Amino acid sequence: MSLDGLATQLLALSTGALLLTAALLVWRRSLAAAARLLAVQGVALAALVVSIAAAERDAELLGVAAVVLALKGVVIPLVLGRGVRATGVDRENALRVNPTSGLVGVTLLATLAYLVSRPITQATAGIGGTAAGPAAFAVPVGLTMVLVGLLLVVTRRRALSQLVGFLVLDNGIATVAFLTAAGVPFVVELGVSLDVLLVALILAVLSGRLHAALGAVSVDELNELRD
Amino acid sequence: MSAVEVAGRVLVAIVQVAVVTALAPIVMGVTRQTRARLEGRAGAGVGQPWRDLRKLWRKRPIRATGTTAVGVVAPLVLLASGLVAGALVPLVVAAPLPQVPGDLFVVVSALLVGTVALALLGLDAGTAFGGMGSSRHMMIAALVEPTVLMAVYALSIPVGSSTLSLIVAARRDDPATIASPAGVLAVVALAVVVLAETGRLPVDNPATHLELTMVHEAMVLETSGPDLAWVELGSWLRLTVLLGLVANLMVPWGVAGGASPGALLLGVVALAAKVVLLGAALGAGEVAMAKLRLFRVPELLAGSFALAFLAVTASYLVA
Repeated sequence: MSLDGLATQLLALSTGALLLTAALLVWRRSLAAAARLLAVQGVALAALVVSIAAAERDAELLGVAAVVLALKGVVIPLVLGRGVRATGVDRENALRVNPTSGLVGVTLLATLAYLVSRPITQATAGIGGTAAGPAAFAVPVGLTMVLVGLLLVVTRRRALSQLVGFLVLDNGIATVAFLTAAGVPFVVELGVSLDVLLVALILAVLSGRLHAALGAVSVDELNELRD
Repeated sequence: MSAVEVAGRVLVAIVQVAVVTALAPIVMGVTRQTRARLEGRAGAGVGQPWRDLRKLWRKRPIRATGTTAVGVVAPLVLLASGLVAGALVPLVVAAPLPQVPGDLFVVVSALLVGTVALALLGLDAGTAFGGMGSSRHMMIAALVEPTVLMAVYALSIPVGSSTLSLIVAARRDDPATIASPAGVLAVVALAVVVLAETGRLPVDNPATHLELTMVHEAMVLETSGPDLAWVELGSWLRLTVLLGLVANLMVPWGVAGGASPGALLLGVVALAAKVVLLGAALGAGEVAMAKLRLFRVPELLAGSFALAFLAVTASYLVA
Protein backbone atom coordinates (compact mmCIF):
# COMPACT_ATOMS: atom_id res chain seq x y z
CA MET A 1 0.00 0.00 0.00
CA SER A 2 2.35 2.70 -1.13
CA LEU A 3 2.33 5.18 -3.96
CA ASP A 4 4.74 4.85 -6.83
CA GLY A 5 6.16 7.86 -8.65
CA LEU A 6 3.50 8.46 -11.30
CA ALA A 7 0.60 7.99 -8.88
CA THR A 8 2.22 10.46 -6.47
CA GLN A 9 2.56 13.02 -9.25
CA LEU A 10 -1.08 12.54 -10.25
CA LEU A 11 -2.18 12.79 -6.61
CA ALA A 12 -0.15 15.99 -6.13
CA LEU A 13 -1.53 17.54 -9.30
CA SER A 14 -5.15 16.62 -8.54
CA THR A 15 -5.05 17.85 -4.95
CA GLY A 16 -3.37 21.05 -6.17
CA ALA A 17 -6.13 21.52 -8.74
CA LEU A 18 -8.80 20.91 -6.08
CA LEU A 19 -7.29 23.60 -3.83
CA LEU A 20 -6.87 26.02 -6.72
CA THR A 21 -10.44 25.66 -8.00
CA ALA A 22 -11.84 26.10 -4.49
CA ALA A 23 -9.89 29.36 -4.11
CA LEU A 24 -10.89 30.58 -7.58
CA LEU A 25 -14.55 29.88 -6.81
CA VAL A 26 -14.33 32.34 -3.92
CA TRP A 27 -12.57 34.85 -6.18
CA ARG A 28 -14.86 34.84 -9.20
CA ARG A 29 -18.32 36.40 -9.12
CA SER A 30 -19.51 35.04 -12.44
CA LEU A 31 -21.77 31.99 -12.16
CA ALA A 32 -20.90 30.71 -15.64
CA ALA A 33 -17.24 30.71 -14.61
CA ALA A 34 -18.24 28.93 -11.40
CA ALA A 35 -19.87 26.16 -13.46
CA ARG A 36 -16.67 25.73 -15.50
CA LEU A 37 -14.53 25.69 -12.34
CA LEU A 38 -16.80 23.06 -10.80
CA ALA A 39 -16.31 20.92 -13.90
CA VAL A 40 -12.52 21.23 -13.49
CA GLN A 41 -12.89 20.33 -9.83
CA GLY A 42 -14.93 17.24 -10.72
CA VAL A 43 -12.27 16.11 -13.20
CA ALA A 44 -9.57 16.66 -10.57
CA LEU A 45 -11.56 14.59 -8.08
CA ALA A 46 -11.84 11.79 -10.65
CA ALA A 47 -8.06 11.97 -11.21
CA LEU A 48 -7.57 11.69 -7.46
CA VAL A 49 -9.68 8.51 -7.40
CA VAL A 50 -7.69 7.12 -10.33
CA SER A 51 -4.40 7.74 -8.51
CA ILE A 52 -5.73 5.95 -5.41
CA ALA A 53 -6.97 3.09 -7.59
CA ALA A 54 -3.49 2.81 -9.12
CA ALA A 55 -1.93 2.66 -5.66
CA GLU A 56 -4.43 0.10 -4.36
CA ARG A 57 -4.53 -1.97 -7.58
CA ASP A 58 -8.31 -1.86 -7.25
CA ALA A 59 -10.37 -2.16 -10.45
CA GLU A 60 -13.65 -1.30 -8.72
CA LEU A 61 -12.26 2.13 -7.83
CA LEU A 62 -11.83 2.83 -11.53
CA GLY A 63 -15.61 2.39 -11.90
CA VAL A 64 -16.09 4.84 -9.05
CA ALA A 65 -13.74 7.25 -10.87
CA ALA A 66 -15.88 6.94 -14.00
CA VAL A 67 -19.03 7.73 -11.99
CA VAL A 68 -17.35 10.76 -10.39
CA LEU A 69 -16.12 11.99 -13.78
CA ALA A 70 -19.52 11.61 -15.42
CA LEU A 71 -21.59 13.15 -12.62
CA LYS A 72 -19.34 15.74 -11.01
CA GLY A 73 -17.25 16.57 -14.05
CA VAL A 74 -20.00 16.75 -16.66
CA VAL A 75 -23.64 16.43 -15.57
CA ILE A 76 -23.81 18.67 -12.50
CA PRO A 77 -21.86 21.57 -14.12
CA LEU A 78 -24.20 21.27 -17.12
CA VAL A 79 -27.25 21.46 -14.84
CA LEU A 80 -25.76 24.49 -13.14
CA GLY A 81 -24.93 26.13 -16.49
CA ARG A 82 -28.53 25.58 -17.65
CA GLY A 83 -29.80 27.10 -14.43
CA VAL A 84 -27.61 30.18 -14.96
CA ARG A 85 -28.85 30.63 -18.52
CA ALA A 86 -32.47 30.10 -17.44
CA THR A 87 -32.38 32.85 -14.85
CA GLY A 88 -30.37 35.07 -17.19
CA VAL A 89 -28.41 36.66 -14.36
CA ASP A 90 -24.76 35.74 -14.36
CA ARG A 91 -23.21 37.82 -11.64
CA GLU A 92 -23.42 37.37 -7.92
CA ASN A 93 -24.07 41.00 -7.08
CA ALA A 94 -25.10 40.68 -3.47
CA LEU A 95 -22.06 39.30 -1.73
CA ARG A 96 -22.03 39.46 2.04
CA VAL A 97 -18.22 39.53 2.05
CA ASN A 98 -16.08 41.08 -0.70
CA PRO A 99 -13.76 38.71 -2.61
CA THR A 100 -10.65 40.19 -0.98
CA SER A 101 -11.69 39.27 2.55
CA GLY A 102 -13.10 36.02 1.16
CA LEU A 103 -9.66 35.09 -0.17
CA VAL A 104 -7.97 36.00 3.09
CA GLY A 105 -10.64 33.83 4.71
CA VAL A 106 -9.62 30.96 2.44
CA THR A 107 -6.01 31.18 3.61
CA LEU A 108 -7.14 31.19 7.24
CA LEU A 109 -9.44 28.20 6.62
CA ALA A 110 -6.58 26.33 4.93
CA THR A 111 -4.41 26.90 8.00
CA LEU A 112 -7.24 25.77 10.27
CA ALA A 113 -7.80 22.62 8.20
CA TYR A 114 -4.10 21.84 8.32
CA LEU A 115 -3.95 22.23 12.10
CA VAL A 116 -7.16 20.28 12.76
CA SER A 117 -6.19 17.31 10.60
CA ARG A 118 -2.72 17.03 12.09
CA PRO A 119 -3.63 13.91 14.17
CA ILE A 120 -4.70 12.13 10.97
CA THR A 121 -1.56 13.04 9.05
CA GLN A 122 0.63 12.11 12.00
CA ALA A 123 -1.12 8.76 12.44
CA THR A 124 -0.51 7.89 8.80
CA ALA A 125 3.07 9.13 8.87
CA GLY A 126 3.80 6.52 11.54
CA ILE A 127 3.11 2.82 11.05
CA GLY A 128 0.01 3.10 13.22
CA GLY A 129 -2.31 4.11 10.38
CA THR A 130 -3.98 0.76 9.80
CA ALA A 131 -7.35 1.60 8.30
CA ALA A 132 -6.09 4.71 6.54
CA GLY A 133 -5.49 4.86 2.82
CA PRO A 134 -2.13 5.45 1.19
CA ALA A 135 -2.80 9.13 0.64
CA ALA A 136 -4.26 10.19 3.97
CA PHE A 137 -1.52 12.79 4.29
CA ALA A 138 -3.47 14.95 1.84
CA VAL A 139 -6.60 15.00 4.04
CA PRO A 140 -6.20 18.75 4.85
CA VAL A 141 -7.03 19.50 1.20
CA GLY A 142 -10.42 17.84 1.62
CA LEU A 143 -11.06 19.61 4.91
CA THR A 144 -10.11 22.95 3.34
CA MET A 145 -12.65 22.32 0.57
CA VAL A 146 -15.35 21.50 3.13
CA LEU A 147 -14.65 24.76 4.98
CA VAL A 148 -14.46 26.80 1.76
CA GLY A 149 -17.78 25.30 0.66
CA LEU A 150 -19.33 26.38 3.96
CA LEU A 151 -17.84 29.85 3.46
CA LEU A 152 -19.44 30.04 0.01
CA VAL A 153 -22.84 28.91 1.32
CA VAL A 154 -22.73 31.46 4.14
CA THR A 155 -21.48 34.45 2.16
CA ARG A 156 -23.57 34.18 -1.02
CA ARG A 157 -27.18 35.30 -1.32
CA ARG A 158 -28.26 33.89 -4.67
CA ALA A 159 -29.73 30.40 -4.73
CA LEU A 160 -27.42 29.14 -7.49
CA SER A 161 -24.31 30.53 -5.76
CA GLN A 162 -25.32 28.70 -2.62
CA LEU A 163 -25.70 25.56 -4.73
CA VAL A 164 -22.09 26.07 -5.90
CA GLY A 165 -20.98 26.27 -2.27
CA PHE A 166 -22.93 23.15 -1.43
CA LEU A 167 -21.30 21.26 -4.31
CA VAL A 168 -17.81 22.32 -3.19
CA LEU A 169 -18.72 21.10 0.29
CA ASP A 170 -19.80 17.76 -1.14
CA ASN A 171 -16.62 17.48 -3.22
CA GLY A 172 -14.63 18.13 -0.05
CA ILE A 173 -16.47 15.40 1.86
CA ALA A 174 -15.86 13.00 -1.04
CA THR A 175 -12.17 13.92 -1.08
CA VAL A 176 -11.82 13.20 2.63
CA ALA A 177 -13.66 9.90 2.21
CA PHE A 178 -11.45 8.77 -0.68
CA LEU A 179 -8.24 9.82 1.05
CA THR A 180 -8.91 8.34 4.48
CA ALA A 181 -10.73 5.13 3.58
CA ALA A 182 -8.69 4.33 0.46
CA GLY A 183 -11.78 4.64 -1.70
CA VAL A 184 -15.43 3.84 -1.07
CA PRO A 185 -17.52 0.97 -2.46
CA PHE A 186 -19.06 1.51 -5.89
CA VAL A 187 -22.67 1.31 -4.66
CA VAL A 188 -22.13 3.87 -1.91
CA GLU A 189 -20.46 6.35 -4.27
CA LEU A 190 -23.22 5.86 -6.85
CA GLY A 191 -25.90 6.48 -4.21
CA VAL A 192 -24.22 9.60 -2.82
CA SER A 193 -23.51 11.05 -6.26
CA LEU A 194 -27.08 10.53 -7.44
CA ASP A 195 -28.31 12.16 -4.22
CA VAL A 196 -26.15 15.19 -4.96
CA LEU A 197 -27.38 15.27 -8.55
CA LEU A 198 -30.98 15.25 -7.28
CA VAL A 199 -30.24 18.14 -4.91
CA ALA A 200 -28.55 20.09 -7.72
CA LEU A 201 -31.55 19.50 -10.02
CA ILE A 202 -34.04 20.53 -7.33
CA LEU A 203 -32.10 23.69 -6.46
CA ALA A 204 -31.63 24.63 -10.12
CA VAL A 205 -35.38 24.23 -10.73
CA LEU A 206 -36.19 26.08 -7.51
CA SER A 207 -33.92 28.93 -8.54
CA GLY A 208 -35.62 29.14 -11.93
CA ARG A 209 -39.09 29.17 -10.33
CA LEU A 210 -37.93 31.75 -7.81
CA HIS A 211 -36.76 33.96 -10.66
CA ALA A 212 -40.03 33.49 -12.54
CA ALA A 213 -42.23 34.13 -9.50
CA LEU A 214 -40.40 36.96 -7.77
CA GLY A 215 -38.07 38.37 -10.40
CA ALA A 216 -35.25 37.87 -7.94
CA VAL A 217 -32.97 34.98 -7.21
CA SER A 218 -31.87 35.90 -3.72
CA VAL A 219 -32.91 33.45 -1.02
CA ASP A 220 -33.42 36.42 1.29
CA GLU A 221 -36.74 36.95 -0.51
CA LEU A 222 -38.01 33.73 1.06
CA ASN A 223 -38.19 34.96 4.61
CA GLU A 224 -41.91 35.31 5.05
CA LEU A 225 -44.85 33.00 4.49
CA ARG A 226 -47.85 33.94 2.40
CA ASP A 227 -50.98 31.97 1.72
CA MET B 1 37.65 29.96 -3.10
CA SER B 2 40.68 31.52 -4.73
CA ALA B 3 40.98 35.12 -5.84
CA VAL B 4 40.90 34.04 -9.49
CA GLU B 5 37.56 32.31 -9.04
CA VAL B 6 36.09 35.33 -7.27
CA ALA B 7 37.33 37.55 -10.08
CA GLY B 8 35.71 35.16 -12.56
CA ARG B 9 32.37 35.36 -10.76
CA VAL B 10 32.53 39.15 -10.65
CA LEU B 11 33.34 39.20 -14.37
CA VAL B 12 30.32 36.96 -15.00
CA ALA B 13 28.11 39.32 -12.98
CA ILE B 14 29.38 42.27 -15.04
CA VAL B 15 28.64 40.40 -18.27
CA GLN B 16 25.14 39.65 -16.99
CA VAL B 17 24.46 43.30 -16.10
CA ALA B 18 25.73 44.46 -19.50
CA VAL B 19 23.56 41.93 -21.33
CA VAL B 20 20.46 42.85 -19.34
CA THR B 21 21.03 46.57 -19.85
CA ALA B 22 21.40 46.11 -23.59
CA LEU B 23 18.37 43.83 -23.66
CA ALA B 24 15.95 45.90 -21.56
CA PRO B 25 14.99 48.54 -24.17
CA ILE B 26 14.73 45.83 -26.83
CA VAL B 27 12.33 43.80 -24.68
CA MET B 28 10.25 46.94 -24.20
CA GLY B 29 10.37 47.55 -27.96
CA VAL B 30 9.22 44.00 -28.69
CA THR B 31 6.34 44.36 -26.22
CA ARG B 32 5.20 47.64 -27.74
CA GLN B 33 5.64 46.39 -31.30
CA THR B 34 3.62 43.22 -30.64
CA ARG B 35 0.89 45.27 -29.09
CA ALA B 36 0.88 47.74 -31.97
CA ARG B 37 0.69 45.02 -34.63
CA LEU B 38 -2.13 43.21 -32.85
CA GLU B 39 -4.04 46.48 -32.57
CA GLY B 40 -3.64 47.06 -36.30
CA ARG B 41 -1.01 49.80 -36.06
CA ALA B 42 2.35 49.78 -37.84
CA GLY B 43 4.31 50.36 -34.63
CA ALA B 44 7.52 52.31 -34.16
CA GLY B 45 9.85 49.31 -34.45
CA VAL B 46 11.78 47.24 -31.96
CA GLY B 47 14.65 49.74 -31.71
CA GLN B 48 12.48 52.74 -30.84
CA PRO B 49 13.12 52.66 -27.06
CA TRP B 50 16.89 52.81 -27.71
CA ARG B 51 16.36 55.75 -30.10
CA ASP B 52 14.19 57.47 -27.47
CA LEU B 53 16.93 57.05 -24.88
CA ARG B 54 19.56 58.48 -27.25
CA LYS B 55 17.34 61.47 -27.94
CA LEU B 56 16.72 62.07 -24.22
CA TRP B 57 20.43 61.84 -23.37
CA ARG B 58 21.21 64.65 -25.82
CA LYS B 59 18.70 67.02 -24.25
CA ARG B 60 19.18 69.48 -21.42
CA PRO B 61 17.28 68.54 -18.24
CA ILE B 62 14.69 71.14 -17.21
CA ARG B 63 13.84 71.13 -13.53
CA ALA B 64 10.90 73.02 -12.07
CA THR B 65 11.63 75.79 -9.59
CA GLY B 66 11.54 74.55 -6.01
CA THR B 67 12.68 71.01 -6.80
CA THR B 68 15.43 69.64 -4.58
CA ALA B 69 18.39 67.32 -4.99
CA VAL B 70 15.92 64.42 -4.98
CA GLY B 71 15.04 65.26 -8.57
CA VAL B 72 18.69 64.74 -9.56
CA VAL B 73 19.52 61.73 -7.38
CA ALA B 74 16.29 59.67 -7.54
CA PRO B 75 16.56 58.70 -11.26
CA LEU B 76 20.10 57.47 -10.67
CA VAL B 77 19.04 55.51 -7.57
CA LEU B 78 16.25 53.89 -9.57
CA LEU B 79 18.72 52.91 -12.29
CA ALA B 80 21.22 51.62 -9.74
CA SER B 81 18.58 49.46 -8.04
CA GLY B 82 17.72 47.93 -11.41
CA LEU B 83 21.40 47.23 -12.12
CA VAL B 84 21.93 45.62 -8.70
CA ALA B 85 18.88 43.42 -9.22
CA GLY B 86 20.27 42.49 -12.65
CA ALA B 87 23.53 41.39 -11.03
CA LEU B 88 21.86 39.36 -8.24
CA VAL B 89 19.12 37.48 -10.12
CA PRO B 90 20.35 34.30 -11.87
CA LEU B 91 19.62 35.31 -15.46
CA VAL B 92 22.61 34.06 -17.46
CA VAL B 93 24.46 32.05 -14.83
CA ALA B 94 23.03 30.17 -11.86
CA ALA B 95 26.07 30.43 -9.62
CA PRO B 96 25.82 32.62 -6.54
CA LEU B 97 28.41 35.29 -5.81
CA PRO B 98 30.23 34.17 -2.67
CA GLN B 99 30.17 37.52 -0.88
CA VAL B 100 26.67 38.66 -1.85
CA PRO B 101 23.56 36.73 -0.80
CA GLY B 102 21.43 36.19 -3.90
CA ASP B 103 18.24 35.78 -1.88
CA LEU B 104 15.03 36.99 -3.42
CA PHE B 105 14.68 38.94 -0.18
CA VAL B 106 17.79 40.91 -1.10
CA VAL B 107 16.60 41.37 -4.69
CA VAL B 108 13.21 42.60 -3.50
CA SER B 109 14.86 45.02 -1.08
CA ALA B 110 17.07 46.36 -3.88
CA LEU B 111 14.01 46.88 -6.07
CA LEU B 112 12.16 48.47 -3.15
CA VAL B 113 14.91 51.11 -2.85
CA GLY B 114 14.17 52.00 -6.46
CA THR B 115 10.42 52.06 -5.76
CA VAL B 116 10.89 54.51 -2.90
CA ALA B 117 13.21 56.69 -5.02
CA LEU B 118 10.56 56.84 -7.75
CA ALA B 119 7.85 57.74 -5.23
CA LEU B 120 10.02 60.53 -3.81
CA LEU B 121 10.67 61.76 -7.34
CA GLY B 122 6.92 61.99 -7.88
CA LEU B 123 6.49 63.99 -4.67
CA ASP B 124 9.49 66.26 -5.28
CA ALA B 125 7.93 68.80 -7.63
CA GLY B 126 4.88 69.14 -5.40
CA THR B 127 2.36 68.73 -8.21
CA ALA B 128 -1.00 67.09 -7.60
CA PHE B 129 -0.54 64.31 -10.16
CA GLY B 130 2.91 63.36 -8.91
CA GLY B 131 1.63 62.98 -5.36
CA MET B 132 -1.35 60.96 -6.54
CA GLY B 133 0.89 58.65 -8.55
CA SER B 134 3.29 58.19 -5.64
CA SER B 135 0.49 57.38 -3.22
CA ARG B 136 -0.98 54.76 -5.58
CA HIS B 137 2.47 53.35 -6.28
CA MET B 138 3.16 52.89 -2.56
CA MET B 139 -0.25 51.27 -2.02
CA ILE B 140 0.47 48.69 -4.73
CA ALA B 141 4.01 48.13 -3.41
CA ALA B 142 2.69 47.49 0.09
CA LEU B 143 0.19 44.94 -1.23
CA VAL B 144 2.81 43.20 -3.37
CA GLU B 145 5.37 42.51 -0.63
CA PRO B 146 3.53 39.77 1.36
CA THR B 147 2.83 37.83 -1.83
CA VAL B 148 6.48 37.95 -2.89
CA LEU B 149 7.62 36.67 0.49
CA MET B 150 5.02 33.86 0.45
CA ALA B 151 5.89 32.81 -3.10
CA VAL B 152 9.61 32.73 -2.33
CA TYR B 153 8.95 30.73 0.80
CA ALA B 154 6.93 28.18 -1.19
CA LEU B 155 9.65 27.92 -3.83
CA SER B 156 12.41 27.56 -1.24
CA ILE B 157 10.78 24.70 0.75
CA PRO B 158 11.69 21.89 -1.73
CA VAL B 159 15.23 23.27 -2.21
CA GLY B 160 15.91 24.08 1.43
CA SER B 161 17.40 27.47 0.58
CA SER B 162 16.02 30.83 -0.46
CA THR B 163 19.03 31.60 -2.68
CA LEU B 164 17.65 32.20 -6.16
CA SER B 165 20.57 30.58 -7.98
CA LEU B 166 20.12 27.36 -6.03
CA ILE B 167 16.34 27.36 -6.65
CA VAL B 168 16.84 27.81 -10.41
CA ALA B 169 19.62 25.21 -10.53
CA ALA B 170 17.51 22.70 -8.57
CA ARG B 171 14.59 23.20 -10.94
CA ARG B 172 16.90 22.74 -13.93
CA ASP B 173 18.34 19.51 -12.57
CA ASP B 174 15.02 18.04 -11.38
CA PRO B 175 12.24 19.04 -13.82
CA ALA B 176 9.59 17.12 -11.82
CA THR B 177 9.48 19.95 -9.27
CA ILE B 178 8.45 22.46 -11.95
CA ALA B 179 5.13 20.69 -12.52
CA SER B 180 4.41 20.17 -8.83
CA PRO B 181 1.29 22.03 -7.67
CA ALA B 182 3.23 24.10 -5.16
CA GLY B 183 5.71 25.19 -7.83
CA VAL B 184 3.00 26.09 -10.34
CA LEU B 185 0.92 28.02 -7.80
CA ALA B 186 3.96 29.94 -6.54
CA VAL B 187 5.15 30.87 -10.05
CA VAL B 188 1.65 32.04 -11.05
CA ALA B 189 1.45 34.16 -7.90
CA LEU B 190 4.90 35.57 -8.64
CA ALA B 191 3.89 36.39 -12.23
CA VAL B 192 0.86 38.40 -11.05
CA VAL B 193 3.10 40.24 -8.61
CA VAL B 194 5.63 41.01 -11.36
CA LEU B 195 2.86 42.60 -13.44
CA ALA B 196 1.85 44.76 -10.47
CA GLU B 197 5.41 45.64 -9.54
CA THR B 198 6.41 46.74 -13.05
CA GLY B 199 3.23 48.71 -13.71
CA ARG B 200 1.77 46.65 -16.55
CA LEU B 201 -1.88 45.92 -17.31
CA PRO B 202 -4.19 45.12 -15.53
CA VAL B 203 -2.72 47.09 -12.62
CA ASP B 204 -1.37 50.14 -14.44
CA ASN B 205 -1.64 51.11 -18.08
CA PRO B 206 1.88 52.02 -19.29
CA ALA B 207 0.56 53.75 -22.43
CA THR B 208 -1.99 56.03 -20.79
CA HIS B 209 -1.81 59.77 -20.41
CA LEU B 210 -5.25 60.04 -18.88
CA GLU B 211 -4.68 61.80 -15.59
CA LEU B 212 -7.07 59.80 -13.46
CA THR B 213 -5.64 56.38 -14.29
CA MET B 214 -1.92 57.11 -14.36
CA VAL B 215 0.39 55.57 -11.78
CA HIS B 216 3.89 55.36 -13.25
CA GLU B 217 3.37 58.11 -15.81
CA ALA B 218 2.08 60.49 -13.13
CA MET B 219 5.30 60.18 -11.16
CA VAL B 220 7.60 60.97 -14.08
CA LEU B 221 5.55 63.88 -15.48
CA GLU B 222 8.00 66.46 -14.13
CA THR B 223 11.23 64.82 -15.31
CA SER B 224 12.85 65.51 -18.66
CA GLY B 225 16.03 65.00 -20.61
CA PRO B 226 18.67 62.63 -19.18
CA ASP B 227 16.70 62.35 -15.90
CA LEU B 228 13.77 60.86 -17.80
CA ALA B 229 16.16 58.59 -19.71
CA TRP B 230 17.53 57.18 -16.44
CA VAL B 231 14.02 56.68 -15.04
CA GLU B 232 12.83 54.92 -18.19
CA LEU B 233 15.91 52.71 -18.44
CA GLY B 234 15.60 51.87 -14.73
CA SER B 235 11.98 50.77 -15.05
CA TRP B 236 12.69 48.76 -18.21
CA LEU B 237 15.59 47.07 -16.44
CA ARG B 238 13.28 46.16 -13.58
CA LEU B 239 10.75 44.66 -16.00
CA THR B 240 13.42 42.70 -17.88
CA VAL B 241 15.05 41.35 -14.72
CA LEU B 242 11.75 40.19 -13.24
CA LEU B 243 10.57 38.71 -16.56
CA GLY B 244 13.91 36.90 -16.81
CA LEU B 245 13.46 35.54 -13.29
CA VAL B 246 9.96 34.24 -14.03
CA ALA B 247 11.18 32.76 -17.34
CA ASN B 248 14.09 31.00 -15.63
CA LEU B 249 11.78 29.61 -12.96
CA MET B 250 9.35 28.29 -15.58
CA VAL B 251 11.92 27.10 -18.17
CA PRO B 252 15.26 26.79 -16.36
CA TRP B 253 17.10 25.16 -19.26
CA GLY B 254 19.98 27.02 -20.85
CA VAL B 255 21.10 28.77 -17.67
CA ALA B 256 24.85 28.32 -17.42
CA GLY B 257 26.22 26.42 -14.44
CA GLY B 258 29.83 27.59 -14.72
CA ALA B 259 31.80 30.46 -16.18
CA SER B 260 33.14 28.84 -19.34
CA PRO B 261 32.73 31.04 -22.46
CA GLY B 262 30.58 28.48 -24.31
CA ALA B 263 28.13 28.05 -21.44
CA LEU B 264 28.01 31.84 -21.00
CA LEU B 265 27.21 32.38 -24.67
CA LEU B 266 24.48 29.74 -24.52
CA GLY B 267 23.12 31.39 -21.36
CA VAL B 268 23.02 34.81 -23.02
CA VAL B 269 21.25 33.48 -26.13
CA ALA B 270 18.76 31.47 -24.03
CA LEU B 271 18.04 34.48 -21.83
CA ALA B 272 17.48 36.77 -24.82
CA ALA B 273 15.15 34.24 -26.47
CA LYS B 274 13.15 33.63 -23.28
CA VAL B 275 12.79 37.28 -22.31
CA VAL B 276 11.90 38.44 -25.82
CA LEU B 277 9.27 35.67 -26.10
CA LEU B 278 7.85 36.56 -22.71
CA GLY B 279 7.82 40.25 -23.65
CA ALA B 280 5.91 39.45 -26.84
CA ALA B 281 3.47 37.32 -24.83
CA LEU B 282 3.05 40.22 -22.39
CA GLY B 283 2.24 42.58 -25.26
CA ALA B 284 -0.20 40.09 -26.78
CA GLY B 285 -1.90 39.50 -23.44
CA GLU B 286 -2.29 43.21 -22.79
CA VAL B 287 -4.29 43.67 -25.99
CA ALA B 288 -7.03 41.46 -24.59
CA MET B 289 -7.02 43.01 -21.13
CA ALA B 290 -8.60 46.08 -19.60
CA LYS B 291 -7.13 48.00 -16.72
CA LEU B 292 -8.64 47.13 -13.36
CA ARG B 293 -10.28 49.87 -11.37
CA LEU B 294 -7.82 50.98 -8.70
CA PHE B 295 -10.05 49.69 -5.94
CA ARG B 296 -10.23 46.25 -7.57
CA VAL B 297 -6.41 45.97 -7.52
CA PRO B 298 -6.32 44.78 -3.88
CA GLU B 299 -8.66 41.98 -4.95
CA LEU B 300 -6.24 40.80 -7.63
CA LEU B 301 -3.29 40.99 -5.26
CA ALA B 302 -5.24 39.24 -2.50
CA GLY B 303 -5.97 36.51 -5.02
CA SER B 304 -2.31 36.13 -5.82
CA PHE B 305 -1.53 36.15 -2.09
CA ALA B 306 -4.04 33.33 -1.58
CA LEU B 307 -2.38 31.37 -4.40
CA ALA B 308 1.05 31.84 -2.81
CA PHE B 309 -0.33 30.81 0.57
CA LEU B 310 -1.93 27.69 -0.90
CA ALA B 311 1.42 26.96 -2.54
CA VAL B 312 3.07 26.99 0.87
CA THR B 313 0.38 24.71 2.33
CA ALA B 314 0.52 22.37 -0.65
CA SER B 315 4.29 22.07 -0.50
CA TYR B 316 4.01 20.99 3.12
CA LEU B 317 1.19 18.52 2.40
CA VAL B 318 2.27 16.83 -0.78
CA ALA B 319 6.01 16.88 -0.44
